[in-house]
Amino acid sequence: MITTVVGGFGRFILDTSEETGQFTFLVRSTFGWMTSSKIEWRQTLIQMSRIGVGSLPVTAMTAFFTGMVLALQTGSSSKHFFNEPLFVGTVVSFALVMELGPVMTAIVVAGRAGAAIAAELGTMKVTEQIDALYTLGTDPVRYLVIPRFIAFMIVLPLLTVASDFTGILGGYLVAKAKYAIPATVYWHDIINNMEVRHFVHGFLKTFIFAGVVSLVSCFKGVTTRGGAEGVGKATTAAVVISMVLVLVLDYFATAVLNAFGIT
Amino acid sequence: MIDAEGVVKRFGPRTILRGIDMRVETGETLVIIGGSGCGKSTFLKCVIGLHHPEEGKIVVDGVEVAKLKTERDIAEYRRKFGYLFQEGALFDSMTVWENITFGLRYLTDIPAGKYRKIASDCLALVGLKDVEDFKPSELSGGMKKRVALARAIAAQPSYILYDEPTTGLDPIMTDVIADLILDLQKQLKVTAIAVTHDMKAAYKVASRIAMFHEGKVLQVAHPEIIKISDNPYVRQFVDGSSEGPIKMKLKDFEAEPAAERTS
Repeated sequence: MITTVVGGFGRFILDTSEETGQFTFLVRSTFGWMTSSKIEWRQTLIQMSRIGVGSLPVTAMTAFFTGMVLALQTGSSSKHFFNEPLFVGTVVSFALVMELGPVMTAIVVAGRAGAAIAAELGTMKVTEQIDALYTLGTDPVRYLVIPRFIAFMIVLPLLTVASDFTGILGGYLVAKAKYAIPATVYWHDIINNMEVRHFVHGFLKTFIFAGVVSLVSCFKGVTTRGGAEGVGKATTAAVVISMVLVLVLDYFATAVLNAFGIT
Repeated sequence: MIDAEGVVKRFGPRTILRGIDMRVETGETLVIIGGSGCGKSTFLKCVIGLHHPEEGKIVVDGVEVAKLKTERDIAEYRRKFGYLFQEGALFDSMTVWENITFGLRYLTDIPAGKYRKIASDCLALVGLKDVEDFKPSELSGGMKKRVALARAIAAQPSYILYDEPTTGLDPIMTDVIADLILDLQKQLKVTAIAVTHDMKAAYKVASRIAMFHEGKVLQVAHPEIIKISDNPYVRQFVDGSSEGPIKMKLKDFEAEPAAERTS
């Protein structure tokens, strides 16, 4: 019994170490190829379209309703304490621009595009299409990983900005319809309190999230083993690991940015 | 000429190749036969550099595969080879002509304007026409094999490696593909290694046949000698008999006698 538990723990440590090593190797290869060979811009544009245009409706809708619910909660709480809805625009904009916009967009895109990447590359792996890339003179990291990585780096920040705006707009609609807050008050709340550094704070985080979601999804895809079941497992793992890492790294990124005064 | 000396390949605790010594002369077609899991496909992948042997070396035209370091050297080496994968490994997202000419971009200096014509010429060589704009999903099993073959010969390789070229095809299509391989050998004058279970196809295309068993070469000889081989392992395999020194279990456990189960 004890032997089994210790053996299982040992196996877990070994597997995790091996996987971490392989992931580090993929990250190194990605940056190595990016600096040493031509970028596949056609593939990158295709991926930008798939990840960006394809995800825009769902990220915008998520942000829109998040902005609405933030306005609703802020309005009802401040009404409860101060007898009138105060700081609705400020709370909605700060929450969205600095935290919820980047994090929720990254999570939604991880669920949608990250899963698609892991499933596509996983299927390519189990049907030997990735081996075929080698035999046809190109490297899978160069042809498959780098275009997806660059596409994520360009598209996720843009999607986040779009989410910020649609969320703030959603908050405005609730502020106007539910609490009769005039447009000038709502927008003044935002403009008077928000500075460029607050926007930069949220914007910088999106690059970290883009790197993590794209590389984890690609890694899970290209290391898939074992047919259809393996593709399913790789896809699930890609989404779960991406989401957890986004939330964990969000804390550390916030702490670092705060330490540098970008807050 | 391909020269393998003492090639050992392991995957974790499993040793797949246990010291392969073999030479493939220029212009010949060597067919490798052997049971599932005996290391035939692994050996092919070691030859093209998809797998790296732990021990021993593979030298092709005086170049040792393991010593290739730069991108240019690796591309130059792969330029020599065409590889036909077991299931074709055609890229799902591309049309037939894009699949066929994919490697030309990385392996040759041929201008892109000529690709379409080259694709049609390669398709004609494998007996297909007017399928250039089809997607792989729109093709039958036999057509996929032919397109994969067309892709393997597109960059005019000196060596073609066939990984189970007839697996999964009906007996007539199997014979057609075997004829096609013979025809290509005559027209393109390439050196080839083919891995197969199909003895009829093996006798038809082989200059010599090598029998693999448990990661070792048991016998290499002319097809006519293999037919009358007195090696009991080779004898059992070419006769397709379940009785003999090669033990393949019907099931992994011995059923309990009915009397014991009921007692």
